[in-house]
Amino acid sequence: MSLSALFLISFLLLHVAINFLSVISKDMYNEASHFMGYNPIIQFVMQPILISGVIFHFVLGFVLEFQNKSARPVPYVMKNSAANSSWISRNMLYSGLVILAFLGVHFYDFWIHEINYKYLTDQVPNEARYFSELVEKFKDPLRVGFYVLSFVLLMLHLLHGFQSAFQSLGVNNKFSPIIKKAAMTFSYVVPLAFIFIALYHHFTHY
Amino acid sequence: MNLKLKIWRQKDATDTGKIVDYNISDVSSDMSFLEMLDVLNTQLIEKGDDPVSFDHDCREGICGSCSLQINGQPHGPDGGTTTCQLHMRKFKDQQTIVIEPFRAKAFPIIKDLIIDRSAFDRIQQAGGYVSVNTSGNTQDANTTPINKVDADHAFDAAACIGCAACVAACKNSSAMLFVSAKVSQYALLPQGQIERQQRVQDMVAQMDEEGFGACTNTGACEAECPKGISLTNIARMNREYIGANLKS
Ligand code: HEM
Ligand code: SF4
Ligand code: FES
Repeated sequence: MSLSALFLISFLLLHVAINFLSVISKDMYNEASHFMGYNPIIQFVMQPILISGVIFHFVLGFVLEFQNKSARPVPYVMKNSAANSSWISRNMLYSGLVILAFLGVHFYDFWIHEINYKYLTDQVPNEARYFSELVEKFKDPLRVGFYVLSFVLLMLHLLHGFQSAFQSLGVNNKFSPIIKKAAMTFSYVVPLAFIFIALYHHFTHY
Repeated sequence: MNLKLKIWRQKDATDTGKIVDYNISDVSSDMSFLEMLDVLNTQLIEKGDDPVSFDHDCREGICGSCSLQINGQPHGPDGGTTTCQLHMRKFKDQQTIVIEPFRAKAFPIIKDLIIDRSAFDRIQQAGGYVSVNTSGNTQDANTTPINKVDADHAFDAAACIGCAACVAACKNSSAMLFVSAKVSQYALLPQGQIERQQRVQDMVAQMDEEGFGACTNTGACEAECPKGISLTNIARMNREYIGANLKS
């Protein structure tokens, strides 16, 4: 769980960096997207690893939650969980499910589209198309709303999850308070950056 | 004080059980929670009813036998206390108090509020011991130097009384805080080194076999533990466990 999660987090960092290029420069974004889209190592080695990582993470998450639920077959009549733990730490499954729904839409938007463009309809590589495609996706306010909501939930997921992964791996030493702070900062900054990028394109182009 | 009690009554392990309402009057705010239940039981016995069964022994916070989930929290609303040390002044006059047993698949109910915690004993037996020479020529403990920091951490871990509040509080019914306290108390001391690797593997295996859930680091156990056992023990056990598995 923790290893797959840390892997997904490193991927998030790369993803946000590339997306951010779209705010800085249209050409840089096009160039980076084209490289990612046509580099064989990225397409045929990294991408399958990433997809398996995501599947591994959420399938294991479901199994874990299910096993943990069955460890208390008769529930309490009265619960006061808020007295001893945070809401988000108890509801990783639900924040995860929203992220999963988002990933579904995201796959449909970008991945299926790319496969269709590159392999099914065999269109010629066009290095200039990515930016305009991106801008097009952020046109619909409903879609942007769902995007923002998903990233707020990703933020919550990470606020518990990132520092939790270190605890699961047994990291606990004099650097732990700093690691925890860094993990929390990351959990705020990265999702907010995704949200900023989406809103930026939504409001500057239409 | 006058109180309305909602207490879980269950004849035996096979009974489904239910909440039964009781009104109790003239409770002194200086009573402990268990004394309040003693008063209730005296009244029930006088009326010819079956008294409420609950676990207790030392009544001074050291044996770990008292349990009780009180208004949704193990050992009640007060921090760092066992049920026997909880006083009625923590409650308000006319308050409704819901009293349930600690719940987990690994802790079957024996009767009413009494649960069978022998799963903890079996985990302890799986590895919570050290090999010492008990033939009569035992070495004086002070001849083995131990640095102060490790000694303190081992002592803090050894403060665990095996009450199971950590399991009761955890949404996953995980026993990680208890097991990690037991693993830590030995892993930190020179006497515990001989079985160190085997111990963590065996105790974790027994914990899983008993049907406890897995830890997702919500921290509920630490917040509810009457002895202040820290989550750093869980990190230490994870480290010990990963290390032991890599070596073997
Ligand atoms: C890019 C996306 C994601 C990232 C970066 C991420 C990150 C994390 C992290 C860091 C943890 C904590 C691991 C640990 O303590 O060992 C975690 C746990 C978890 N995640 Fe995700 N996650 C993502 C997507 C998902 C998805 C799509 C689901 C699907 C339902 C999901 C469900 C879970 C569950 C159930 C847990 C365990 C619950 C717990 O530890 O309390 N996650 N995730
Ligand atoms: S760790 Fe704390 S809550 Fe858990 S059994 Fe030990 S003393 Fe009780
Ligand atoms: S009765 Fe011994 S700890 Fe409460």
